[in-house]
Amino acid sequence: MDRLSVLTMGFLSMVLVNNFVFTKFLGTCPYLGVSGRIDSAFGMGLAVTFVTALSGALTWLVDYYVLTPLGLEITRYICYIVVIAGAVQLVELYVRKFFPSLYDAFGIYLPLISTNCVILGICLFLDIWGTNSLLGVVVLSSGVGIGFTVAICIMAGIRENLNLADVPACLRGAPITLITAGLLTLAFMGFAGMIR
Amino acid sequence: MAKNDRGQPGVYRRALLTGLWRENPTFRLLIGMCPPLAVTTAVKPALTMGLSVIFVLVCSNLVVSLMRGLLKPHLRIIMFTLTIATFVTICDLYLKAFQPDMSEILGAYVPLIIVNCLIIFRAEACASKCGLVVSVLDAIGMGSGFTIALCILAGIRELLATGRVFDFQVMPAGFVPWLAMQMPVGAFVTLGLLLGLANIVTGKEPD
Repeated sequence: MDRLSVLTMGFLSMVLVNNFVFTKFLGTCPYLGVSGRIDSAFGMGLAVTFVTALSGALTWLVDYYVLTPLGLEITRYICYIVVIAGAVQLVELYVRKFFPSLYDAFGIYLPLISTNCVILGICLFLDIWGTNSLLGVVVLSSGVGIGFTVAICIMAGIRENLNLADVPACLRGAPITLITAGLLTLAFMGFAGMIR
Repeated sequence: MAKNDRGQPGVYRRALLTGLWRENPTFRLLIGMCPPLAVTTAVKPALTMGLSVIFVLVCSNLVVSLMRGLLKPHLRIIMFTLTIATFVTICDLYLKAFQPDMSEILGAYVPLIIVNCLIIFRAEACASKCGLVVSVLDAIGMGSGFTIALCILAGIRELLATGRVFDFQVMPAGFVPWLAMQMPVGAFVTLGLLLGLANIVTGKEPD
């Protein structure tokens, strides 16, 4: 397979087959918290996509050009956290300045993006998979972000309808959301045969 | 919990016990939801994960409580995460050295303890405001509540998926394993039903 199709396959597998929310359970907190309305879910998804692509690339560069040559792999987690927190701060300033309504919609979740499992997760998994080109890193990590957006938007759509449904009192809120998410993972398992 | 809570005997006990049920992180507060879903295919990794979280939580609460006078408001989150990242690194290296098979199973979920909301939440809500003893007791209580929740979930999933718990055969020989319990769907649905159960139980309680 040539390079382009490898990248396309990698991207699709990140969005559909190895969707981080459904197969690795990363980013479950915003998934349950922000998925109430479809527009804020979409905004959150876009913010996460941007930050995953940015911090995936940055941490890969730091790892490849600084930590590995200097033999400082032991400080990897600490460096990742610092890089991610810095990137998130920049995104937060940018959104607050240029998209105030979006900023209001995110509420508490934008600062919490830096502690979002998806972001650190993609940096760690890139390390485990041993991705060895910057382009591949950017494609894979934006694929993860898009996959998160897809998952959270589907969920928000379902939850807008769940508001009208007659759910047993004890299952209202988070429990029914989790069960719905479980059924969604079943649906997404259908994609498993698509690649390889 | 105020800073001058010394001398009230109930405070220590309350700090220790709130995390177990009344503010159980998994069942009541719904924070730190990745590990309960990800590592609960069997009891042993779940227990390892729970103990790692207790270690990190106690150490980070201890350090944050010691430096609470020096924290600047806009820098505190990054100070919390750096402290946590240090202890998670220690924990990860320990697991790699002494529990290599568990480290293999848990994989990236050990470093992901850094971004577990539970630990940052306790640093923010308790350790940066309270004294040393209260913070450590709170960490032990919260960590144990988290570990117990993990083990309950893992116990149910392992029992239904393989018919055995901790390598002991529990189910009779004719039991057909529910393979779905080992997949992501098992995690989501079991946790959802357990949360529903917790709601029913607390609905009957006076508080």
